[in-house]
Amino acid sequence: MPLLFFLIVRFIPTFMSLRLSLFDWNILREQQPFVGLENYRTLVADEKFGQSLRNTALYTLFGVPLQIGLGLALALMLSRVVALRGLYRALYFAPYVTPIVAAAWVWQWVFSPQFGPVNTVLGWLQLPPQPFLTSPDQALATTAGLVVWQNLGFQVVLFLAGLAAIPRSYYEAAEIDGATGTQSFWRITLPLLNPTIVFSVVTGTISYLQLFTQVVNLNFTDQGGPLGSTLTVAVYIYQMAFGRFQMGYASAITVVLFGIILAITLLQLRFLTRRYDT
Amino acid sequence: MTVAASAPRKRVETRTLLVYAALTVGVILTLFPFAWMLLTSLKSFQELFNLSFLPSQPTLDNYRQVLTETRFLQWFGNSLLVASVTTASVLFFDSLVGYTLAKFDFPGKNLVFILILSTLMIPTEMLVIPWFVGVTDIGLTQSVPGAYFSIMFPGLISAFGVFLMRQFFDTLPNDLLEAARIDGMHEFGIFWRIALPLVRPALASLAIFTFLGNWNAFLWPLIVIQQPQFRTLPIGTALFNGEAGTQWGLIMAASSLAVIPVLIVFAIFQKQIIEGIVLTGLKG
Repeated sequence: MPLLFFLIVRFIPTFMSLRLSLFDWNILREQQPFVGLENYRTLVADEKFGQSLRNTALYTLFGVPLQIGLGLALALMLSRVVALRGLYRALYFAPYVTPIVAAAWVWQWVFSPQFGPVNTVLGWLQLPPQPFLTSPDQALATTAGLVVWQNLGFQVVLFLAGLAAIPRSYYEAAEIDGATGTQSFWRITLPLLNPTIVFSVVTGTISYLQLFTQVVNLNFTDQGGPLGSTLTVAVYIYQMAFGRFQMGYASAITVVLFGIILAITLLQLRFLTRRYDT
Repeated sequence: MTVAASAPRKRVETRTLLVYAALTVGVILTLFPFAWMLLTSLKSFQELFNLSFLPSQPTLDNYRQVLTETRFLQWFGNSLLVASVTTASVLFFDSLVGYTLAKFDFPGKNLVFILILSTLMIPTEMLVIPWFVGVTDIGLTQSVPGAYFSIMFPGLISAFGVFLMRQFFDTLPNDLLEAARIDGMHEFGIFWRIALPLVRPALASLAIFTFLGNWNAFLWPLIVIQQPQFRTLPIGTALFNGEAGTQWGLIMAASSLAVIPVLIVFAIFQKQIIEGIVLTGLKG
Protein backbone atom coordinates (compact mmCIF):
# COMPACT_ATOMS: atom_id res chain seq x y z
CA MET A 1 0.00 0.00 0.00
CA PRO A 2 2.70 2.58 0.87
CA LEU A 3 4.65 1.15 -2.03
CA LEU A 4 1.73 2.15 -4.19
CA PHE A 5 2.15 5.67 -2.85
CA PHE A 6 5.78 5.76 -3.92
CA LEU A 7 4.72 4.43 -7.30
CA ILE A 8 2.10 7.14 -7.81
CA VAL A 9 3.99 10.05 -6.29
CA ARG A 10 7.58 9.32 -7.34
CA PHE A 11 8.08 6.67 -10.00
CA ILE A 12 5.21 7.36 -12.38
CA PRO A 13 5.95 11.13 -12.43
CA THR A 14 9.57 10.32 -13.23
CA PHE A 15 8.50 8.46 -16.35
CA MET A 16 5.94 11.14 -17.11
CA SER A 17 8.76 13.68 -17.11
CA LEU A 18 10.72 11.52 -19.51
CA ARG A 19 7.67 11.35 -21.79
CA LEU A 20 6.85 15.05 -21.45
CA SER A 21 10.36 15.95 -22.53
CA LEU A 22 9.61 14.49 -25.96
CA PHE A 23 6.68 16.84 -26.54
CA ASP A 24 6.35 20.54 -27.13
CA TRP A 25 4.09 20.63 -24.10
CA ASN A 26 2.54 23.94 -23.18
CA ILE A 27 -0.20 23.92 -20.56
CA LEU A 28 -1.87 27.00 -22.05
CA ARG A 29 -2.51 25.35 -25.43
CA GLU A 30 -4.90 22.66 -26.62
CA GLN A 31 -2.41 20.93 -28.90
CA GLN A 32 0.64 19.18 -27.48
CA PRO A 33 2.67 18.07 -30.51
CA PHE A 34 5.22 15.26 -30.30
CA VAL A 35 8.67 16.57 -31.20
CA GLY A 36 10.99 13.69 -30.34
CA LEU A 37 14.42 14.84 -29.25
CA GLU A 38 13.89 18.42 -30.41
CA ASN A 39 13.89 19.76 -26.83
CA TYR A 40 17.25 18.18 -26.17
CA ARG A 41 18.66 19.67 -29.38
CA THR A 42 17.48 23.13 -28.31
CA LEU A 43 19.01 22.53 -24.90
CA VAL A 44 22.51 21.92 -26.24
CA ALA A 45 22.49 25.29 -27.98
CA ASP A 46 20.77 27.17 -25.13
CA GLU A 47 23.26 29.64 -23.70
CA LYS A 48 21.19 30.40 -20.61
CA PHE A 49 21.06 26.71 -19.79
CA GLY A 50 24.84 26.55 -20.19
CA GLN A 51 25.19 29.45 -17.79
CA SER A 52 22.88 27.86 -15.23
CA LEU A 53 24.87 24.63 -15.47
CA ARG A 54 28.17 26.47 -14.95
CA ASN A 55 26.76 28.38 -11.97
CA THR A 56 25.40 25.19 -10.40
CA ALA A 57 28.83 23.57 -10.78
CA LEU A 58 30.44 26.63 -9.14
CA TYR A 59 28.01 26.54 -6.21
CA THR A 60 28.69 22.86 -5.67
CA LEU A 61 32.49 23.09 -5.99
CA PHE A 62 32.59 26.11 -3.70
CA GLY A 63 29.93 25.19 -1.17
CA VAL A 64 30.40 21.48 -0.49
CA PRO A 65 34.14 21.56 0.35
CA LEU A 66 33.72 24.77 2.34
CA GLN A 67 30.91 23.51 4.54
CA ILE A 68 32.60 20.15 5.09
CA GLY A 69 36.00 21.73 5.84
CA LEU A 70 34.59 24.33 8.22
CA GLY A 71 32.23 21.79 9.79
CA LEU A 72 35.07 19.36 10.42
CA ALA A 73 37.33 22.09 11.85
CA LEU A 74 34.61 23.27 14.24
CA ALA A 75 33.73 19.72 15.25
CA LEU A 76 37.38 18.92 16.00
CA MET A 77 37.63 22.02 18.18
CA LEU A 78 34.34 21.25 19.92
CA SER A 79 35.40 17.69 20.63
CA ARG A 80 38.35 19.07 22.60
CA VAL A 81 36.31 21.17 24.98
CA VAL A 82 34.01 19.83 27.64
CA ALA A 83 32.42 22.87 29.23
CA LEU A 84 29.62 24.53 27.21
CA ARG A 85 29.90 22.03 24.36
CA GLY A 86 26.16 21.55 24.14
CA LEU A 87 25.53 25.28 24.10
CA TYR A 88 28.05 25.93 21.31
CA ARG A 89 26.61 23.04 19.31
CA ALA A 90 23.10 24.44 19.66
CA LEU A 91 24.19 27.93 18.67
CA TYR A 92 25.93 26.70 15.53
CA PHE A 93 22.87 24.65 14.66
CA ALA A 94 20.42 27.56 14.89
CA PRO A 95 20.74 28.75 11.25
CA TYR A 96 19.95 25.23 10.02
CA VAL A 97 16.45 25.29 11.51
CA THR A 98 15.79 28.85 10.36
CA PRO A 99 13.26 29.15 7.52
CA ILE A 100 15.23 29.76 4.32
CA VAL A 101 13.04 32.64 3.23
CA ALA A 102 13.62 34.53 6.47
CA ALA A 103 17.33 33.73 6.35
CA ALA A 104 17.53 35.04 2.78
CA TRP A 105 15.90 38.32 3.77
CA VAL A 106 18.29 38.78 6.66
CA TRP A 107 21.25 37.95 4.43
CA GLN A 108 20.17 40.53 1.89
CA TRP A 109 19.87 43.14 4.61
CA VAL A 110 23.22 42.27 6.22
CA PHE A 111 25.00 42.46 2.85
CA SER A 112 23.07 45.43 1.53
CA PRO A 113 25.52 47.76 -0.27
CA GLN A 114 24.35 51.00 1.38
CA PHE A 115 22.80 49.98 4.69
CA GLY A 116 24.42 46.65 5.50
CA PRO A 117 26.55 46.17 8.59
CA VAL A 118 29.15 44.20 6.61
CA ASN A 119 30.08 47.24 4.56
CA THR A 120 30.12 49.34 7.73
CA VAL A 121 32.68 46.98 9.24
CA LEU A 122 34.71 47.09 5.99
CA GLY A 123 34.62 50.89 6.33
CA TRP A 124 36.09 50.70 9.84
CA LEU A 125 38.89 48.55 8.43
CA GLN A 126 39.58 51.23 5.79
CA LEU A 127 38.42 48.89 3.03
CA PRO A 128 36.25 50.02 0.12
CA PRO A 129 32.54 49.03 0.28
CA GLN A 130 31.57 46.03 -1.82
CA PRO A 131 28.46 45.66 -4.03
CA PHE A 132 27.88 41.97 -3.01
CA LEU A 133 24.51 40.81 -4.37
CA THR A 134 24.24 43.64 -6.86
CA SER A 135 27.42 42.73 -8.74
CA PRO A 136 27.64 39.92 -11.30
CA ASP A 137 31.06 38.97 -9.90
CA GLN A 138 30.12 38.73 -6.23
CA ALA A 139 26.47 37.68 -6.22
CA LEU A 140 27.14 33.96 -6.61
CA ALA A 141 29.70 33.85 -3.79
CA THR A 142 27.40 35.85 -1.49
CA THR A 143 24.53 33.46 -2.24
CA ALA A 144 26.75 30.43 -1.66
CA GLY A 145 27.77 32.02 1.64
CA LEU A 146 24.14 31.98 2.76
CA VAL A 147 23.81 28.28 1.93
CA VAL A 148 27.04 27.41 3.76
CA TRP A 149 25.97 29.48 6.77
CA GLN A 150 22.69 27.55 6.93
CA ASN A 151 24.22 24.10 6.48
CA LEU A 152 27.24 24.48 8.72
CA GLY A 153 25.50 23.52 11.98
CA PHE A 154 24.24 20.29 10.50
CA GLN A 155 27.76 19.36 9.41
CA VAL A 156 29.16 20.15 12.86
CA VAL A 157 26.64 17.89 14.60
CA LEU A 158 27.28 15.10 12.10
CA PHE A 159 31.07 15.21 12.49
CA LEU A 160 30.86 15.50 16.27
CA ALA A 161 28.87 12.28 16.28
CA GLY A 162 31.40 10.65 13.97
CA LEU A 163 34.28 11.74 16.20
CA ALA A 164 32.54 10.48 19.32
CA ALA A 165 32.23 7.03 17.72
CA ILE A 166 36.00 6.64 17.38
CA PRO A 167 37.30 4.53 20.30
CA ARG A 168 39.64 6.47 22.61
CA SER A 169 41.92 3.46 22.89
CA TYR A 170 43.09 3.97 19.29
CA TYR A 171 44.49 7.37 20.19
CA GLU A 172 46.03 6.07 23.37
CA ALA A 173 47.73 3.27 21.46
CA ALA A 174 49.02 5.75 18.88
CA GLU A 175 50.39 7.94 21.62
CA ILE A 176 52.28 5.05 23.23
CA ASP A 177 53.81 4.36 19.82
CA GLY A 178 54.97 7.99 19.78
CA ALA A 179 52.63 9.34 17.10
CA THR A 180 52.15 13.11 16.98
CA GLY A 181 48.72 14.73 17.05
CA THR A 182 48.96 15.45 13.32
CA GLN A 183 49.81 11.85 12.54
CA SER A 184 46.89 10.63 14.66
CA PHE A 185 44.56 12.90 12.71
CA TRP A 186 45.65 11.64 9.30
CA ARG A 187 46.01 7.97 10.25
CA ILE A 188 43.13 7.51 12.68
CA THR A 189 40.58 10.32 12.61
CA LEU A 190 40.20 10.80 8.87
CA PRO A 191 40.00 7.12 7.85
CA LEU A 192 37.51 6.33 10.60
CA LEU A 193 35.43 9.39 9.76
CA ASN A 194 35.25 8.24 6.15
CA PRO A 195 31.63 6.98 6.26
CA THR A 196 30.49 10.28 7.79
CA ILE A 197 32.45 12.32 5.23
CA VAL A 198 31.06 10.26 2.35
CA PHE A 199 27.54 10.79 3.69
CA SER A 200 28.20 14.55 3.88
CA VAL A 201 29.72 14.79 0.42
CA VAL A 202 26.95 12.79 -1.26
CA THR A 203 23.97 14.44 0.45
CA GLY A 204 25.62 17.86 0.18
CA THR A 205 26.26 17.49 -3.54
CA ILE A 206 22.69 16.32 -4.20
CA SER A 207 21.29 19.34 -2.40
CA TYR A 208 23.64 21.86 -4.06
CA LEU A 209 22.82 20.50 -7.51
CA GLN A 210 19.17 21.30 -6.76
CA LEU A 211 19.82 24.74 -5.26
CA PHE A 212 16.67 26.81 -5.64
CA THR A 213 15.08 28.43 -2.62
CA GLN A 214 18.02 30.56 -1.49
CA VAL A 215 18.68 31.83 -5.03
CA VAL A 216 15.06 32.72 -5.71
CA ASN A 217 14.63 34.51 -2.42
CA LEU A 218 17.78 36.56 -2.66
CA ASN A 219 16.67 37.84 -6.04
CA PHE A 220 12.93 37.59 -6.02
CA THR A 221 12.48 40.30 -8.59
CA ASP A 222 14.55 38.89 -11.42
CA GLN A 223 15.28 35.41 -10.07
CA GLY A 224 18.65 35.01 -11.75
CA GLY A 225 20.76 37.64 -10.09
CA PRO A 226 22.63 40.38 -11.92
CA LEU A 227 23.12 39.24 -15.55
CA GLY A 228 22.00 35.75 -14.61
CA SER A 229 25.07 35.34 -12.44
CA THR A 230 23.31 33.37 -9.70
CA LEU A 231 20.93 31.38 -11.95
CA THR A 232 20.91 27.66 -11.13
CA VAL A 233 19.55 24.75 -13.16
CA ALA A 234 16.64 24.37 -10.74
CA VAL A 235 15.70 28.05 -11.03
CA TYR A 236 15.93 27.85 -14.82
CA ILE A 237 13.60 24.83 -14.81
CA TYR A 238 11.15 26.81 -12.69
CA GLN A 239 11.30 29.80 -15.04
CA MET A 240 10.71 27.62 -18.11
CA ALA A 241 7.92 25.49 -16.63
CA PHE A 242 6.00 28.00 -14.54
CA GLY A 243 7.07 31.32 -16.01
CA ARG A 244 6.72 30.48 -19.68
CA PHE A 245 4.71 27.25 -19.30
CA GLN A 246 7.07 25.35 -21.59
CA MET A 247 6.58 22.13 -19.67
CA GLY A 248 8.12 19.92 -22.34
CA TYR A 249 11.33 21.90 -22.53
CA ALA A 250 11.54 22.18 -18.74
CA SER A 251 11.05 18.42 -18.44
CA ALA A 252 13.98 17.87 -20.78
CA ILE A 253 16.13 19.95 -18.43
CA THR A 254 14.94 17.93 -15.42
CA VAL A 255 15.89 14.71 -17.19
CA VAL A 256 19.40 16.08 -17.77
CA LEU A 257 19.62 17.20 -14.11
CA PHE A 258 18.51 13.76 -12.93
CA GLY A 259 21.17 12.18 -15.14
CA ILE A 260 23.84 14.45 -13.68
CA ILE A 261 22.78 13.75 -10.07
CA LEU A 262 22.68 10.00 -10.69
CA ALA A 263 26.09 9.93 -12.39
CA ILE A 264 27.83 12.09 -9.79
CA THR A 265 26.30 10.23 -6.83
CA LEU A 266 27.30 6.83 -8.19
CA LEU A 267 30.83 8.04 -8.97
CA GLN A 268 31.21 9.53 -5.49
CA LEU A 269 29.95 6.40 -3.77
CA ARG A 270 32.27 4.28 -5.83
CA PHE A 271 35.47 6.29 -5.40
CA LEU A 272 35.07 7.71 -1.91
CA THR A 273 34.10 4.56 -0.08
CA ARG A 274 36.88 2.46 -1.55
CA ARG A 275 39.73 4.68 -0.50
CA TYR A 276 40.26 3.34 3.00
CA ASP A 277 39.33 -0.31 2.51
CA THR A 278 42.23 -2.03 4.20
CA MET B 1 40.50 15.17 24.41
CA THR B 2 43.56 14.05 22.50
CA VAL B 3 45.95 16.38 24.24
CA ALA B 4 48.90 14.41 25.54
CA ALA B 5 48.65 13.87 29.27
CA SER B 6 52.40 14.16 29.58
CA ALA B 7 52.43 17.68 28.12
CA PRO B 8 53.09 20.45 30.63
CA ARG B 9 49.87 21.86 32.11
CA LYS B 10 50.55 25.41 31.05
CA ARG B 11 50.55 24.59 27.35
CA VAL B 12 47.30 22.66 27.60
CA GLU B 13 45.55 25.63 29.15
CA THR B 14 46.69 28.08 26.49
CA ARG B 15 45.57 25.71 23.81
CA THR B 16 42.13 25.22 25.38
CA LEU B 17 41.76 28.97 25.68
CA LEU B 18 42.63 29.39 22.01
CA VAL B 19 40.05 26.77 21.05
CA TYR B 20 37.39 28.53 23.12
CA ALA B 21 38.33 31.86 21.56
CA ALA B 22 38.05 30.47 18.03
CA LEU B 23 34.72 28.82 18.83
CA THR B 24 33.37 32.02 20.31
CA VAL B 25 34.37 34.09 17.29
CA GLY B 26 32.63 31.48 15.11
CA VAL B 27 29.48 31.64 17.20
CA ILE B 28 29.40 35.43 17.05
CA LEU B 29 29.70 35.36 13.27
CA THR B 30 27.01 32.68 13.09
CA LEU B 31 24.57 34.53 15.30
CA PHE B 32 25.24 38.02 14.02
CA PRO B 33 22.55 37.89 11.28
CA PHE B 34 19.97 36.85 13.90
CA ALA B 35 20.91 39.71 16.19
CA TRP B 36 20.73 42.13 13.28
CA MET B 37 17.30 40.79 12.30
CA LEU B 38 15.89 41.24 15.81
CA LEU B 39 17.38 44.70 16.25
CA THR B 40 16.16 45.90 12.87
CA SER B 41 12.66 44.62 13.61
CA LEU B 42 12.56 46.88 16.67
CA LYS B 43 13.62 50.02 14.80
CA SER B 44 11.17 52.65 13.74
CA PHE B 45 10.91 53.57 10.07
CA GLN B 46 12.94 56.75 10.57
CA GLU B 47 15.75 54.85 12.18
CA LEU B 48 15.93 51.97 9.73
CA PHE B 49 18.67 53.31 7.52
CA ASN B 50 21.07 54.77 10.00
CA LEU B 51 23.63 52.19 10.87
CA SER B 52 23.57 52.27 14.62
CA PHE B 53 23.53 48.76 15.97
CA LEU B 54 20.98 49.33 18.71
CA PRO B 55 17.63 51.00 18.08
CA SER B 56 17.56 54.24 20.07
CA GLN B 57 13.84 53.93 20.81
CA PRO B 58 12.83 50.28 20.43
CA THR B 59 9.28 49.94 19.14
CA LEU B 60 6.96 47.01 18.55
CA ASP B 61 5.19 48.91 15.79
CA ASN B 62 6.53 46.64 13.01
CA TYR B 63 5.13 43.61 14.83
CA ARG B 64 1.76 45.27 15.27
CA GLN B 65 1.63 46.01 11.56
CA VAL B 66 2.65 42.50 10.53
CA LEU B 67 0.01 40.92 12.75
CA THR B 68 -2.82 43.29 11.91
CA GLU B 69 -2.24 44.50 8.35
CA THR B 70 -0.94 41.38 6.64
CA ARG B 71 -2.20 37.80 6.40
CA PHE B 72 0.67 36.65 8.57
CA LEU B 73 -1.51 34.76 11.05
CA GLN B 74 -3.33 32.99 8.23
CA TRP B 75 -0.02 31.90 6.69
CA PHE B 76 1.12 30.72 10.08
CA GLY B 77 -2.05 28.68 10.53
CA ASN B 78 -1.73 27.13 7.06
CA SER B 79 1.86 26.13 7.75
CA LEU B 80 0.88 24.68 11.09
CA LEU B 81 -1.92 22.61 9.51
CA VAL B 82 0.20 21.34 6.60
CA ALA B 83 3.19 20.50 8.78
CA SER B 84 1.07 18.76 11.46
CA VAL B 85 -0.91 16.57 9.06
CA THR B 86 2.15 15.49 7.06
CA THR B 87 4.05 14.75 10.26
CA ALA B 88 1.26 12.55 11.65
CA SER B 89 0.98 10.71 8.35
CA VAL B 90 4.73 10.19 7.99
CA LEU B 91 5.05 8.89 11.55
CA PHE B 92 2.32 6.30 11.02
CA PHE B 93 3.18 5.04 7.53
CA ASP B 94 6.94 5.25 7.77
CA SER B 95 7.10 3.33 11.02
CA LEU B 96 4.74 0.69 9.61
CA VAL B 97 6.82 0.26 6.44
CA GLY B 98 10.10 0.44 8.34
CA TYR B 99 8.89 -2.23 10.77
CA THR B 100 7.75 -4.51 7.95
CA LEU B 101 11.10 -4.16 6.18
CA ALA B 102 13.08 -4.78 9.35
CA LYS B 103 11.16 -7.65 10.92
CA PHE B 104 9.45 -9.63 8.16
CA ASP B 105 10.79 -11.72 5.32
CA PHE B 106 8.98 -11.61 2.04
CA PRO B 107 10.09 -12.08 -1.57
CA GLY B 108 11.59 -8.94 -3.06
CA LYS B 109 12.09 -7.30 0.34
CA ASN B 110 15.49 -5.88 -0.50
CA LEU B 111 14.35 -4.70 -3.89
CA VAL B 112 11.49 -2.78 -2.27
CA PHE B 113 13.90 -1.16 0.17
CA ILE B 114 16.34 -0.18 -2.58
CA LEU B 115 13.53 1.22 -4.71
CA ILE B 116 12.27 3.36 -1.82
CA LEU B 117 15.78 4.63 -1.11
CA SER B 118 16.46 5.35 -4.76
CA THR B 119 13.60 7.86 -4.81
CA LEU B 120 15.85 10.11 -2.73
CA MET B 121 17.96 10.68 -5.84
CA ILE B 122 15.09 11.89 -8.01
CA PRO B 123 15.24 15.69 -7.98
CA THR B 124 12.07 17.43 -6.82
CA GLU B 125 12.25 19.63 -9.93
CA MET B 126 11.65 16.52 -12.03
CA LEU B 127 8.50 15.60 -10.12
CA VAL B 128 6.81 18.98 -9.74
CA ILE B 129 5.90 19.32 -13.42
CA PRO B 130 3.95 16.01 -13.62
CA TRP B 131 2.46 16.70 -10.18
CA PHE B 132 1.29 20.10 -11.35
CA VAL B 133 -0.15 18.73 -14.60
CA GLY B 134 -1.91 15.95 -12.65
CA VAL B 135 -3.31 18.19 -9.92
CA THR B 136 -4.58 20.69 -12.52
CA ASP B 137 -6.11 17.95 -14.67
CA ILE B 138 -8.30 16.57 -11.90
CA GLY B 139 -9.13 20.08 -10.67
CA LEU B 140 -7.96 19.23 -7.17
CA THR B 141 -7.18 22.82 -6.19
CA GLN B 142 -10.79 23.98 -6.69
CA SER B 143 -12.11 22.97 -3.26
CA VAL B 144 -10.72 23.94 0.13
CA PRO B 145 -9.78 20.42 1.34
CA GLY B 146 -8.49 19.65 -2.17
CA ALA B 147 -6.24 22.70 -2.12
CA TYR B 148 -4.75 21.72 1.24
CA PHE B 149 -4.38 18.11 0.10
CA SER B 150 -2.55 19.17 -3.06
CA ILE B 151 -0.01 21.07 -0.95
CA MET B 152 0.51 18.10 1.34
CA PHE B 153 0.39 14.94 -0.72
CA PRO B 154 4.08 14.72 -1.73
CA GLY B 155 5.07 14.75 1.92
CA LEU B 156 2.62 12.19 3.30
CA ILE B 157 5.22 9.40 3.27
CA SER B 158 8.94 10.01 3.33
CA ALA B 159 11.65 7.71 1.99
CA PHE B 160 14.13 9.12 4.45
CA GLY B 161 11.75 8.25 7.30
CA VAL B 162 11.31 4.68 6.10
CA PHE B 163 15.09 4.32 6.11
CA LEU B 164 15.41 5.82 9.59
CA MET B 165 12.69 3.65 11.10
CA ARG B 166 14.06 0.50 9.52
CA GLN B 167 17.46 1.18 11.07
CA PHE B 168 15.86 1.51 14.49
CA PHE B 169 13.53 -1.48 14.28
CA ASP B 170 16.49 -3.56 13.15
CA THR B 171 18.05 -3.13 16.58
CA LEU B 172 15.05 -4.58 18.44
CA PRO B 173 15.61 -8.16 19.68
CA ASN B 174 13.47 -10.68 17.81
CA ASP B 175 12.88 -12.79 20.93
CA LEU B 176 10.79 -10.04 22.40
CA LEU B 177 8.43 -10.03 19.44
CA GLU B 178 8.40 -13.85 19.35
CA ALA B 179 7.37 -13.95 23.00
CA ALA B 180 4.42 -11.71 22.26
CA ARG B 181 3.47 -13.89 19.31
CA ILE B 182 3.50 -17.00 21.50
CA ASP B 183 1.23 -15.17 23.94
CA GLY B 184 -1.23 -14.91 21.05
CA MET B 185 -0.98 -11.19 20.37
CA HIS B 186 -1.92 -10.21 16.81
CA GLU B 187 0.72 -8.69 14.55
CA PHE B 188 -0.58 -5.14 14.55
CA GLY B 189 -0.85 -5.24 18.33
CA ILE B 190 2.79 -6.27 18.59
CA PHE B 191 3.80 -3.41 16.34
CA TRP B 192 1.61 -0.86 18.07
CA ARG B 193 2.07 -1.84 21.70
CA ILE B 194 5.55 -3.35 21.86
CA ALA B 195 7.73 -2.22 18.96
CA LEU B 196 6.62 1.40 18.64
CA PRO B 197 7.09 2.42 22.29
CA LEU B 198 10.63 1.03 22.13
CA VAL B 199 11.66 3.30 19.28
CA ARG B 200 10.28 6.48 20.79
CA PRO B 201 13.53 8.47 20.29
CA ALA B 202 13.49 7.69 16.58
CA LEU B 203 9.85 8.74 16.32
CA ALA B 204 10.66 12.00 18.06
CA SER B 205 13.51 12.87 15.74
CA LEU B 206 11.56 11.83 12.64
CA ALA B 207 8.64 13.97 13.82
CA ILE B 208 10.85 17.00 14.23
CA PHE B 209 12.60 16.61 10.88
CA THR B 210 9.36 16.06 9.01
CA PHE B 211 7.72 19.00 10.70
CA LEU B 212 10.65 21.30 9.96
CA GLY B 213 10.90 20.11 6.38
CA ASN B 214 7.24 20.80 5.70
CA TRP B 215 7.22 24.01 7.70
CA ASN B 216 9.97 25.30 5.41
CA ALA B 217 8.85 23.64 2.15
CA PHE B 218 9.10 26.10 -0.69
CA LEU B 219 9.27 24.86 -4.28
CA TRP B 220 6.10 22.78 -4.47
CA PRO B 221 3.85 25.13 -2.44
CA LEU B 222 5.07 28.05 -4.57
CA ILE B 223 3.90 26.21 -7.67
CA VAL B 224 0.66 24.68 -6.46
CA ILE B 225 -0.88 27.44 -4.33
CA GLN B 226 -3.01 29.65 -6.52
CA GLN B 227 -5.17 31.53 -4.04
CA PRO B 228 -3.68 33.84 -1.38
CA GLN B 229 -5.69 32.27 1.44
CA PHE B 230 -3.82 28.96 1.11
CA ARG B 231 -0.34 30.46 1.26
CA THR B 232 2.01 28.95 3.78
CA LEU B 233 4.44 31.02 5.81
CA PRO B 234 7.46 30.75 3.46
CA ILE B 235 5.36 31.57 0.41
CA GLY B 236 3.56 34.42 2.14
CA THR B 237 6.78 36.01 3.34
CA ALA B 238 8.50 35.46 -0.01
CA LEU B 239 5.73 37.28 -1.87
CA PHE B 240 5.59 39.92 0.84
CA ASN B 241 8.05 42.05 -1.06
CA GLY B 242 5.69 42.43 -3.98
CA GLU B 243 2.87 43.58 -1.73
CA ALA B 244 4.79 45.84 0.59
CA GLY B 245 7.63 47.17 -1.59
CA THR B 246 10.62 46.21 0.55
CA GLN B 247 9.56 47.49 3.94
CA TRP B 248 12.57 46.20 5.79
CA GLY B 249 11.18 46.81 9.24
CA LEU B 250 8.10 44.73 8.49
CA ILE B 251 10.11 42.02 6.74
CA MET B 252 12.47 41.69 9.70
CA ALA B 253 9.54 41.55 12.13
CA ALA B 254 7.87 38.85 10.01
CA SER B 255 11.16 36.95 9.78
CA SER B 256 11.63 37.14 13.54
CA LEU B 257 8.10 35.86 14.08
CA ALA B 258 8.81 32.98 11.68
CA VAL B 259 12.17 32.11 13.21
CA ILE B 260 11.47 32.41 16.93
CA PRO B 261 8.90 29.56 17.25
CA VAL B 262 11.22 27.24 15.32
CA LEU B 263 14.15 28.11 17.56
CA ILE B 264 12.04 27.53 20.68
CA VAL B 265 10.98 24.10 19.40
CA PHE B 266 14.60 23.35 18.56
CA ALA B 267 15.75 24.37 22.04
CA ILE B 268 13.20 22.03 23.62
CA PHE B 269 13.91 19.03 21.39
CA GLN B 270 17.62 19.62 20.82
CA LYS B 271 18.58 16.19 22.14
CA GLN B 272 16.26 14.23 19.86
CA ILE B 273 17.22 16.25 16.80
CA ILE B 274 20.88 15.65 17.35
CA GLU B 275 20.31 11.99 18.11
CA GLY B 276 18.41 11.68 14.84
CA ILE B 277 21.27 13.19 12.85
CA VAL B 278 23.74 10.97 14.65
CA LEU B 279 21.86 7.78 13.84
CA THR B 280 21.30 8.53 10.17
CA GLY B 281 24.81 9.83 9.68
CA LEU B 282 26.52 6.90 11.29
CA LYS B 283 24.40 4.17 9.79
CA GLY B 284 23.92 5.82 6.41
